[in-house]
Amino acid sequence: MSILNFPTLWSKARKKGSPYVTIWELLHLDLILVFALSLLLVVGLIILYSAANQEVVVLNRQILRLALAWLVLFVCAQIPPQRYLFWAPYFFAVSLGLLIAVLLLGHIGKGAKRWLDVGFIRIQPSELLKISLPMMLAYYFHDKSLPPRLGNVIVAFLIIFIPAGLIAKQPDLGTALLITGSGLAVLVFAGLSWRWLVGALVSVVCIAPLMWHFMHTYQRERILTFLNPERDPLGSGYHIIQSKIALGSGGLFGKGWLQGTQSHLQFLPEHATDFIFAVCGEEFGLVGTLILISINLLIVGRALYISMQASDTFSRLLAGGLTLTFFISFFVNTGMVTGLLPVVGIPLPLVSYGGTSMVTLMAGLGIVMSIATRRKLIAA
Amino acid sequence: MHKNNSPYRWRLWFLCALLAFAFLCIAWRVVTLTLFEHTFLQKQGDARSSRFVAIPAHRGMILDRNNEPLAISTPVSSVWINPKEFNTHDPKFAQLIPILSLDRTTLFPKLADKHREFLYLKRQISPAMANEAKALHLPGLHFQEEFRRYYPESEALAQLLGTTNIDDQGQEGLELAYNSWLEGTTGLKHVTKDRLGQIIDEYETVREPKPGQSIQLSIDRRIQYVAYHALQQGVEKFHAEAGSVVILDPQNGEVLAMTNYPSFNPNVRAPSDAEHRNRAITDVFEPGSTIKAFTVVNALNSGKYHANSQIETSPGWMIVAGKQVKDVHNKGLLNLTDILKYSSNVGITKIALSLPPNSLWNLLHNLGFGQLTDLQLPGERTGSLENHFIWHPFTLATLSFGYGMDSTALQLAQAYNVIASGGVKRPLSLFRTDTPPPGKRIIDPRSAQALITMMEAVVDKTGTAPLAKVPGYTTSGKTSTARCVGKAGYLKHNYNSSFVGIIPAEQPRLLIAVVLYNLSGTPYYGGYTAGPIFADIAGQTLHLLAVPPTQEMT
Repeated sequence: MSILNFPTLWSKARKKGSPYVTIWELLHLDLILVFALSLLLVVGLIILYSAANQEVVVLNRQILRLALAWLVLFVCAQIPPQRYLFWAPYFFAVSLGLLIAVLLLGHIGKGAKRWLDVGFIRIQPSELLKISLPMMLAYYFHDKSLPPRLGNVIVAFLIIFIPAGLIAKQPDLGTALLITGSGLAVLVFAGLSWRWLVGALVSVVCIAPLMWHFMHTYQRERILTFLNPERDPLGSGYHIIQSKIALGSGGLFGKGWLQGTQSHLQFLPEHATDFIFAVCGEEFGLVGTLILISINLLIVGRALYISMQASDTFSRLLAGGLTLTFFISFFVNTGMVTGLLPVVGIPLPLVSYGGTSMVTLMAGLGIVMSIATRRKLIAA
Repeated sequence: MHKNNSPYRWRLWFLCALLAFAFLCIAWRVVTLTLFEHTFLQKQGDARSSRFVAIPAHRGMILDRNNEPLAISTPVSSVWINPKEFNTHDPKFAQLIPILSLDRTTLFPKLADKHREFLYLKRQISPAMANEAKALHLPGLHFQEEFRRYYPESEALAQLLGTTNIDDQGQEGLELAYNSWLEGTTGLKHVTKDRLGQIIDEYETVREPKPGQSIQLSIDRRIQYVAYHALQQGVEKFHAEAGSVVILDPQNGEVLAMTNYPSFNPNVRAPSDAEHRNRAITDVFEPGSTIKAFTVVNALNSGKYHANSQIETSPGWMIVAGKQVKDVHNKGLLNLTDILKYSSNVGITKIALSLPPNSLWNLLHNLGFGQLTDLQLPGERTGSLENHFIWHPFTLATLSFGYGMDSTALQLAQAYNVIASGGVKRPLSLFRTDTPPPGKRIIDPRSAQALITMMEAVVDKTGTAPLAKVPGYTTSGKTSTARCVGKAGYLKHNYNSSFVGIIPAEQPRLLIAVVLYNLSGTPYYGGYTAGPIFADIAGQTLHLLAVPPTQEMT
């Protein structure tokens, strides 16, 4: 932890209890997170340049999105946690409403109803829920006695599973699993007893066959091919086989930047979006992927530390939930690319080409920074 | 702060441990793939992008006996595109259409089929045309270097040489028979290809292409040309279905020409049909009277007969085992020369019946009838020459004038070549040989020489083939006019007519067999149809070979 909290040490070293604040605290930014994020974004752009076949246009658009994401992060960091606490139920209600709207009159994109066209911009309500769901749970538990009682847990489950169910119906299994995971994480942060956790685990195992029944054919296909990619090497298994080949053929140091054959010769599908991790592996090898994993570990670790340091329950739970959102995104994507998990369409955080999830994740980290820089004020 | 005594602190640590474990899982998975499964996956990756591609080898030439090319390969290009990616709206594409003279109506539906990933726009265009197309620098236009076979002699040698297919593999004739010798070894280069099969990068040439070897034939291009055109005129003039000419060199058994009409242009790719057949080796027919020469030789060999032996042929017909054998005219008392001159069936039957029954079959068998020749050309037929334990007199009689057996034009030429070479049978050859191969004596040289002299009478003004006489050269030969066999026995008005000639008779330089199949007009007699074709070919060929005349021009 000594590395993770060095700015605090640094500020404390000046004068204990001094009203003097560092420039970072003034800007409500967390130095370590900003550093790690910048590193990840630079590395991400380098990989994307190669993955997008050196198309400068693609790179420019990604940079434009990055600028927007940074702006969102900065704005979110300026808003104090009390404001989030106040707005949480309304925000949740609005995002849930949009989610229902999308189901009723959503725009069909890539065969699934995920978008809502509101004239000038296309909104993806499932993205909003990545933030509003942990926020709502944190709001719900902030004035309850902890560990939560049975009634409260049931309400929390409703808060999680209603939107998750709606998103799964879109169908967007990846995001549904993502928000369920981050919601359950908030429950764990809230101090859910072991008995509940074990019970939940058992019920998931029991529900799994039932879920299988309600799944779309393509979702079943993905799980079946995940269990045995060679089952359909030209169809669904193609993604996994090609990405394993890309990663494996990279070796220790990789084939070198712009030298990957799997991606450049079009064998690896979705190589600029969901499977960009494999491009990193092919061109930069084990060393490159370990660096990428380390940067993400630093971001998750620092954000988790901030959550643990938070002075009030709402901030602690919110930061924890948002951190887990980031973590699950990373874990599910890399797990999918390396063949550990089934193929669910979740992009690699802040590296994959594409805007929406990047903005959402940066907004979440902005909120984490807001919490990080205001704990003393609340504690005081 | 309450965090230090929070009852849930261990829970957070547990969560941290869980997350750390998850990170380790991913890291371990990457280590497994990149280090432990690296070799396997590397191979899998290479298998997808790294390919070995053949470099075409130059096919060997086919030359005639004077090193004139008969079949040569020239470099050409084939143009292909990937319709899935090709932009047909590119203005340069509009320029390409006239250059390659593409047909819009057939091409555009294929271009619109976006499931296709490979389409030849035009195959085997000339290097000049390819350069013009390359100069457009049209993206997505690919060129494939190939070789195209070209046959300068065109129709004249088409069936003997055969053809290659578009992939430069021999399909018929000599191109097929000697394919492995001609084709050479394709080279190999190591390249990188993308998912759509386009070559991205060339690493190295693994193996240089080894050009095929040339073959030199015994065929003389000029004689072949003369024979083909004389045959063409003859077949058209006498309304034959088809015709064949085989010319041999009696000295060494080399084939100087082998041609058929109708023929086809081997430079234009077309499906194989009847015209592709090398009739000289594939079409069998009853030879008829040309066999009489061998019956006479058999008689001379026996010692019982000589050139002036007298045979009574009147009244122009006879009964053999209850069946009639008859002549065209009643010529009365004839000697052996006259029997050949007038082609008397009665006379030849009487001779055959007076000799041991097996001797004629033995002679014909030794001359090569009923067996494949030594040329080993694809599609050659054996014909038939049936042996009998007990020879029925009528069977023997019909065999003596060439019925009841089948022969190809080449077999007939081969048998007469034995006579022309003084009784020695040498293996026939399509390749030029500097020293004559050792032969097998079949006929007594005196008998052979006597027969040649006797057959000179055939082209007399009163013989069966006065039109076969070549001015200035002593001509020896024999005619045949045999009924065609139809579905229900012999046909009344259809004949296979032939003339086989040896020239000059004193010291034979050429053996020429002319066969016309299925003649249905008049004249149909061999001496008046095949005979003049022979004379035309022999006269021109002897001049070509600068053979001095052996007679006063009359």
